[in-house]
Amino acid sequence: MTDASTKTRFTTVQRVLHWLMAIGILAMLFIGVGMVSTIGRQYVPLLLTHKTLGIAILVLALVRLVVRFISGTPPLPADLPEPMKLAAHLSHLGLYALMIGMPLIGWAMLSAAAYPIVLYGGIRLPPILPQSDTMHALLWSAHYYLAFAFFALVLMHLAAALFHGLVRRDGVLETMLPGK
Amino acid sequence: MPGPQRSVLGSLVLIAAVVTFGVGAFAYTAGWLTPNRLTSTKLVSALAPPGGPALGHRRNHAKGVCFTGTFEANGNASAISRASMFAAGQYPVVGRLNLATPDPNAADPTVRVRGIGVQISAPDGNVWRMALIDPPVFAVSTPQGFYDLLEASTSKDPEAMKGFIAAHPEFAAFGEWATKAPWTASYAEVAFNSLNAFIFTDGSGAEHAVRWSLRPEARPVPITAEDFAKLGANYLEEDITKRVASSPQRWTLVLTVADPSDPTSDPTKAWPPGRRTVEAGTLVVQKIESEADGPCRDINFDPTILPDGIKVSDDPFPAARSAAYAKSYDLRTSEASSYPRTEASAKP
Repeated sequence: MTDASTKTRFTTVQRVLHWLMAIGILAMLFIGVGMVSTIGRQYVPLLLTHKTLGIAILVLALVRLVVRFISGTPPLPADLPEPMKLAAHLSHLGLYALMIGMPLIGWAMLSAAAYPIVLYGGIRLPPILPQSDTMHALLWSAHYYLAFAFFALVLMHLAAALFHGLVRRDGVLETMLPGK
Repeated sequence: MPGPQRSVLGSLVLIAAVVTFGVGAFAYTAGWLTPNRLTSTKLVSALAPPGGPALGHRRNHAKGVCFTGTFEANGNASAISRASMFAAGQYPVVGRLNLATPDPNAADPTVRVRGIGVQISAPDGNVWRMALIDPPVFAVSTPQGFYDLLEASTSKDPEAMKGFIAAHPEFAAFGEWATKAPWTASYAEVAFNSLNAFIFTDGSGAEHAVRWSLRPEARPVPITAEDFAKLGANYLEEDITKRVASSPQRWTLVLTVADPSDPTSDPTKAWPPGRRTVEAGTLVVQKIESEADGPCRDINFDPTILPDGIKVSDDPFPAARSAAYAKSYDLRTSEASSYPRTEASAKP
């Protein structure tokens, strides 16, 4: 076990997972809003990519959560005001909830619509809900609105990271950057 | 201004710029900055009749009836596709016979185009959904053209259709069919066509562009539009229910393979006669159920739900249909209380 109080950076595994997922999640959000606003030929491959990437993010998020429990996290700066600490904790809670929740909601939504769930490479997933109009409508709305919340949270996370790195210069941004 | 303060201000401006760029890129991708982009929402809205859509129903092909049955594959089509439902055998089918109208209460003789939705399931989990219609060619060559047709046909401007036809010479073949093709008074006598081209991949990986049809076993008996109108507003549903109750109704699935020179991206262009055809098997309709109680009501017959061995071609319609059908599905499932699950509950 790493001693959290002396830890100044996330582990290499954590940093690799973070940046891989950052790319994946941003791509995912853009593919999502892009595909629902087009009827072009790209709709079919975008939808396939969206489903495949969604499941990849779910798996990576679960792996990441396990790694986080094992490796811990560097402490926030001692002089960070309490409201900012609280905001940091809550936003991370929200990000994890969405990283895991959004793919599950999407999967459940497709299940409730009785769509076969086929990923890239012909991988088929079993339905996790029986067919149901009501559930489909509910999950569809959740998936749609939470996507905007997710994007807003990603932007806040990015703005906060830059604020730590450029304005406060308190070493928080550096915990996730490459380096020793 | 002292150095550190200016640097803080500069940093804040930079952060604001990054966030603004993010929001802008997202808004552009979502289509909010390009209101002329044709979206599934616009396409589906354009289908609605003047009084608004029938809530809880499909936004097009809203009048229909469910069936169940089997697809009896004879194994011949395995030569051109490795799709599992082409291996000789019997596969369960859920389907829907329907009319191309946004009005679920339209009288049958007022609707020119008839359709069929079919889902064939293979035991290995592969699913093939298709939605076919009875004209021999499609009305327009692009999804934008279809939107233009919807706009023109519902326009109050008496010149709108003339303008559309002048701008879309490809519409002529469909127009000829719509005005001259004989009517029949039974779904069982209708030949349905995929119109869109799909790519079939065989066991060796070779690809073949294919369109397909369901050809009825029942001999078509032409009827004048006037005589058909006398039979009643819901005759098609009554007729197919009676026929299937006395014996299963059958259609042969005929695959037509394109020559390399044949157009695959334009469903208004029929392929010349004499192309290789493969009879893949028989669709056997064994039971008819009303839509409200039936197993097809909550199935989206999205033509891009394809088994391994079949994929979309450069035809732009399957993608556009998939996007629009999904929109229609999302709308009608959210309105399920307007079209309750069982017929009993639908009739107060």
